[in-house]
Amino acid sequence: MSTIQTSLPRGVAISEPSAWVRLKTNRNVIALWFMLPAAAFLILFLAYPLGLGVWMSFTDEKIGRSGVFVGVENYEWLWDDSIFWLSVFNTLLYTIVASAIKFAIGLYLALLLNRHMPFKAMIRAIVLIPFIVPTVLSAIAFWWIYDSQFSIISWSLIKLGLITQNINFLGDTSWARASVIIANIWRGVPFVAITLLAGLQTVSPSLYEAATLDGATSWQRFRFITYPLLTPIIAVVMTFSVLFTFTDFQLIWALTRGGPVNATHLMATLSYQRGIISGRLGEGAAIATAMIPFLAAAIAISWFGMQRRKWQQGSDQ
Amino acid sequence: MTDTTLHAKAPTTAGSDESEGMSYLESLPRRLVTLYLPLFIILVVLLFPFYWMGLTSIKPDEQLIDMEKYNPFWVVHPTFKHISKLLFETQYPRWLWNTMYVAVGATTLSIFASVLAAYAIVRLRFKGADTVGVLIFFAYLVPPSILFIPLASVIQAYGLFDSPLSLILVYPTLLIPFSTWLLMGYFKTIPFELEECALIDGASRWQILVKIVVPLAVPGLISAFIFSFTLCWNEFIYALTFLQSTPNKTVPVAIVNEFVDGDIYKWGSLMAGALVGSLPLVILYAFFVEHYVSAMTGAVKE
Repeated sequence: MSTIQTSLPRGVAISEPSAWVRLKTNRNVIALWFMLPAAAFLILFLAYPLGLGVWMSFTDEKIGRSGVFVGVENYEWLWDDSIFWLSVFNTLLYTIVASAIKFAIGLYLALLLNRHMPFKAMIRAIVLIPFIVPTVLSAIAFWWIYDSQFSIISWSLIKLGLITQNINFLGDTSWARASVIIANIWRGVPFVAITLLAGLQTVSPSLYEAATLDGATSWQRFRFITYPLLTPIIAVVMTFSVLFTFTDFQLIWALTRGGPVNATHLMATLSYQRGIISGRLGEGAAIATAMIPFLAAAIAISWFGMQRRKWQQGSDQ
Repeated sequence: MTDTTLHAKAPTTAGSDESEGMSYLESLPRRLVTLYLPLFIILVVLLFPFYWMGLTSIKPDEQLIDMEKYNPFWVVHPTFKHISKLLFETQYPRWLWNTMYVAVGATTLSIFASVLAAYAIVRLRFKGADTVGVLIFFAYLVPPSILFIPLASVIQAYGLFDSPLSLILVYPTLLIPFSTWLLMGYFKTIPFELEECALIDGASRWQILVKIVVPLAVPGLISAFIFSFTLCWNEFIYALTFLQSTPNKTVPVAIVNEFVDGDIYKWGSLMAGALVGSLPLVILYAFFVEHYVSAMTGAVKE
């Protein structure tokens, strides 16, 4: 110690850092600078528009004309609008049916992929391809597959003798709904499967071996080992899946644009139709704002799932 | 710690992956029925649209509409007419360039902002860091479908309407929450003793970030980059709303709006357009499968 002290020149005391230096090294101040770019983007183009959207839903703004406050008129108008309620119904139908089937097939596919087989890595990589390719581009392929005259599905079914004439996939209301749901499932299954597979891989195989020795059937192994250990990740994955299905726009727009006779209009597509194409920004914003309660519910569920997961992990650490 | 290392390299951590488990107990016919057959069917369904896309884009027109004389599942005299028409008679290269420009620009901006934000949240532990982390997670859950109308008027007000620059500025709102969340997980795995050493040696926070943290988090950066790039390429509703003139459009928007002319022979070039627009992503994905998967699962598991 003393050697160090003597090596210092005499009279040079270690001075108190100046206010500027303290400011420069204050972690809160540094953090402010570090957060600035991200915060700027998120506030300018996310938080502000979110608030602006709610405000616009209370005005009669149109494209090229600023609006005045009209209270809940837009909502009253929508309340009596059967097309709006049809779009709510379609959205719920689309979300519930597509999410349920995506979950079932996704979980099944994840269980298959988790088994031992040759070329496992390659097969897993291939499974994810529908998720990589831009939705609109694969939707265009589905558009062609669903073509009213040259559909390959109709052709195959006719050749197999199951039907006698072409199915009008996107022209008939029920078929159109089924068709967009199938296309959505096709695109969503890889996401569900690969994320659940990542969860499955954390389940130790010795649990299954122990259960088998105790005489458990394969259903019991799934029900009492796989499912409980997978519940938290299922909660998160399905919340994301529901969220993205509920707010889907591009698949519908590329395939049907809401037709035939509004049978496939989702709230997002109706909002675009009214807000941008017809130019009634206020009304479109009101439809978009009406989606927020549903999203809040989905987020609450996701939050609950994550908390539960943290609790589970805390207990085994 | 276990959580973050898990998602950093999910495929290798699981014991079940390398060990055979109990699969040796199964007989081959049983495996055939319970594993290979269903897997094969699912794979065929998942890949068929791409086969169909590729096949249509090289099929001569007369074979496309004559399904009696030619078997529609195959092509007799493949042609590159559709693809060359796409590349030389339409503005497709321009659209491809726009998409690339927007995706690279928005991704670079987002990664820059996300690295700084994630580092601040994880390592500077400033006042309210946890709250900011939660807010960013919420931002991830706000979908474009409820923002495009107000954003259109914001973009109009800034005078950026019909400019690809508007997309470069808006896409980071989709990418920053995701990348920040992902990078936070990676940064947590870097031992902070390294940073303490650097601090004692007199390094500033910026130097620590650039010289220590970022080089150690390269796999995470690649994951974030690939995933963000894919999201940009895939984005549709903002591009549809903000871009009006034909030469400024991105591939997904142009495909939907510019090729729909009621022509019965449009299918060949339409499918060629979809195929060419998908290829860059599929190639990128083929090189970085592991990173992509870890990005996807990481964002969900975090």
